[in-house]
Amino acid sequence: MSQPTVAQPAPSSNASQKKRWLSLDNRFIPPLFITIILLVGHFSFGILESAQRTLLAIATSILAELILGRIFFRQWPHLASAYITGISVGILVRSPAFWPYALCSLLAITSKYVLRVKGRHIWNPSNFGICAMLFLAADSVATLSIQWGNNLWAMLVIWLLGSAIIWRLRRFHICAVYVLSFCALSLVRSWITGDPWLSEVSPITGPEYQLFIFFMITDPKTTVKSKLGQCVVAFCIAAAEMFFRLDQSIYAPLYALFCVGPIALLIEMWRNSRRPAANSTTLLNAGVTPSKLA
Amino acid sequence: MKKVPIARILASLFFIGLLATPAILRWRSSSQAASAKSTLDRRSALARHGFYLEDVTHAAGIDFVHQAPTLDTKLAPIMPEVASMGASVSIVDFDRDGWPDIYVTNSAEGSKNRLYRNMHDGTFKDVAGEVGIADVNQPGTGVSMGAVWGDYDNDGYEDLFLIKWGRPELFHNDHGKGFTRVSEQAGLPNWINANTAVWFDYDGDGLLDLFVGGYYPEDVDLWHLKSTRMMPDSFEYAKNGGRKYLFHNLGGGKFEEVSAKLGIDSRRWALASSAADLHGTGHPDLFVANDYGVSELFRNDGKRFHEVGEQAGVGFAPKSGMSVSFGDIFNQGKYAVYVSNISEDGALIQGNNLWVPKEGTEGNATQYENLARDMGVELGGWSFGSQFGDLNNDGTLDLYVTNGYVSLDRKRSYWYDFTKIAGGNSAIIGDAKDWPAMDGRSLSGYQQKHVWLNDGAGKFVDVAQSIGVTDTYDGRAIAFADLWNTGALDVVEANQRGPLLVYKNTVSSENQWIEFELEGTKSNRSAIGAQVTVSWNNKTQIQQVSGGGGFSAQNDRRLHFGLGRSAHIRSATVHWPSGKIQTLVDLAPGKLYKVEEPK
Repeated sequence: MSQPTVAQPAPSSNASQKKRWLSLDNRFIPPLFITIILLVGHFSFGILESAQRTLLAIATSILAELILGRIFFRQWPHLASAYITGISVGILVRSPAFWPYALCSLLAITSKYVLRVKGRHIWNPSNFGICAMLFLAADSVATLSIQWGNNLWAMLVIWLLGSAIIWRLRRFHICAVYVLSFCALSLVRSWITGDPWLSEVSPITGPEYQLFIFFMITDPKTTVKSKLGQCVVAFCIAAAEMFFRLDQSIYAPLYALFCVGPIALLIEMWRNSRRPAANSTTLLNAGVTPSKLA
Repeated sequence: MKKVPIARILASLFFIGLLATPAILRWRSSSQAASAKSTLDRRSALARHGFYLEDVTHAAGIDFVHQAPTLDTKLAPIMPEVASMGASVSIVDFDRDGWPDIYVTNSAEGSKNRLYRNMHDGTFKDVAGEVGIADVNQPGTGVSMGAVWGDYDNDGYEDLFLIKWGRPELFHNDHGKGFTRVSEQAGLPNWINANTAVWFDYDGDGLLDLFVGGYYPEDVDLWHLKSTRMMPDSFEYAKNGGRKYLFHNLGGGKFEEVSAKLGIDSRRWALASSAADLHGTGHPDLFVANDYGVSELFRNDGKRFHEVGEQAGVGFAPKSGMSVSFGDIFNQGKYAVYVSNISEDGALIQGNNLWVPKEGTEGNATQYENLARDMGVELGGWSFGSQFGDLNNDGTLDLYVTNGYVSLDRKRSYWYDFTKIAGGNSAIIGDAKDWPAMDGRSLSGYQQKHVWLNDGAGKFVDVAQSIGVTDTYDGRAIAFADLWNTGALDVVEANQRGPLLVYKNTVSSENQWIEFELEGTKSNRSAIGAQVTVSWNNKTQIQQVSGGGGFSAQNDRRLHFGLGRSAHIRSATVHWPSGKIQTLVDLAPGKLYKVEEPK
């Protein structure tokens, strides 16, 4: 879950300025959406055991972004990405302690600046942070998709609102391919394990998947650029998740994205490197100007 | 230009440090805990902790092993999980010989419950069949889930309410010689799938009333399911459980169900309940721990109940409530409330709750904050029964928590499938046929128990292993009693599909104690709800006679206070349910005082 972290290249014409305005608006939509989910979820179902922990995650994330962005790029970064990372950590991480929230946010944001290949960070920050915590601190941290109840209407509202927003951001196809792949592969899993199909499809009806689908796999910074590529990657995530699930991994979707996301980006970079002309475009699309890579 | 590489190197080092942080924290906490996790060395346990517990089950002549029910075959794939409760223990001096006896429930169809009479010589003898309360799990009548004792007719002998998934039963105690089934005369319903009940006199009329909390809906016969759609419709927000009952004692052996009329109207999945005057109003309030949802606190204004859980801070974050225990852990004359929940590394970290009254709040405006983490009693595995009691007589209440859900194949876990279904929509989770088969897998099985010693300075330290509690059965109920009248709280632990365990407590002789056995006259004769406040040295502690608490358990009615060394008891004040206040002076440590309510 990240957004472009540095300023966009300055457009040259009025039309571009208008477009820039629109794109800036778009940058605020995901933070707004996730904030609405958080507030509605909390005040209707009490999804957060502790508002302080979520605030700690957000504050840590923003502070880390400000400091690291300033050091690395010598300018104040846009904070939408850090905000989404912090709020995602605050919702998805479940721990009675405070430190995992701060540590997870720090890991997520720092990973953006440390784990870079050719100027791009290759892991979705919150996915990296949460997976790292699950690997390293399983005795203190969990994420479970039971945070805001199993109410059908709440689920539908989030799906519809999320779909509309993702449609506007022109990333609905990623969600659609993933959801369809998950459902199809759940049939395969059911056939293999002998468990009821509904038990296999059950996880996607929970709220963890809503965040995963709308905010993680669609993250513009850590997904490939071509539409076809995005669809292929979404399918690959669902496929990798199937194998993790067959291995009875509780956090299968997070681990699948953790594995598939960077590989897809590296392949895309490798392919682009063989087409020199496309390099500058890629970098601009990534929201990073060549000068900032120096 | 050179700043960036340096910054990157520093950032990388910082990043590596972050990745190493959990391991460092774990190493630090494990090295701290290592000292407490040694094996039992009696002399060292006495020196370090002031007591040790010894498993004397066999020597005491107890050989009870709990059997689980076998429900409708439609539930076969998940039978170990559904049929995972029923082991309970309650302490009662049923024959008034001055020695606590033990009643334990069994849950297989046709199995027998046991009443272990205390033989005064360190042994117990099962007399349940002799007195008529053994054969209570006959096919077609459901099976036992728990038992609570209270003298509902004030004849001086404790009567038995049997909590069942099935036909609830009330047995009248015929002067310790036998029991007579009086369920129909009392007006009890034909079927309740309950796991909790508590005796308390909510209206202060001197007659014990009875709360019963339903778990599965009462129209579900678990042996003959009409539909498999009988599971909770949510893992944390379920409201499709059994109804609640409040039986008002009319006298003459008759009860009237008044729950809805008095404001208790809930279909959450109640697993545990207990009553205490939490608001200091003189009226006992009712605390209900619900599985699959928030806890409920029913404030009693003397006429009706008001659900104030959310307002009080205990009913907002939903968890899996399994147990309710009250204890004055700070010796400040106020009860903290301990509610056990689920924690499993890498899967689900709910954490148990220790609800402590907030500074500056009192009376009807009392609010609670969860200090479980700060005080070190948060992570207890898949926790079930809990009880507060001063195990080492040092003057502060300690906490015993048992745990473990389903112990089958040690190497294969059901957790993955459990989380898969738990996160699903109500249409899926609510139907048992959608649940993956357990296939002999464990679910939080073989867990180590927790005996948390209160250091009196705001921390509890787990000493279970070093004081002799090493069992890993699927623990359900815990009850405390001074079984051998030695001035020490002994522990009885009921395990699902496992043996009943009796832990004899040996306490350092330096620490002193005092005990009270109360008998009401104007108040109910069991004195349930009576509170004793003991003041000694510069300390004060409050305890109450309970009509049921923990998980499917009831402690001895006698109240036990540890006093520490060189105790000088200033006074003991008894607040009777009738409103009378009695002050006792000239009390000496090391004695059991029998106190009758002034007429």
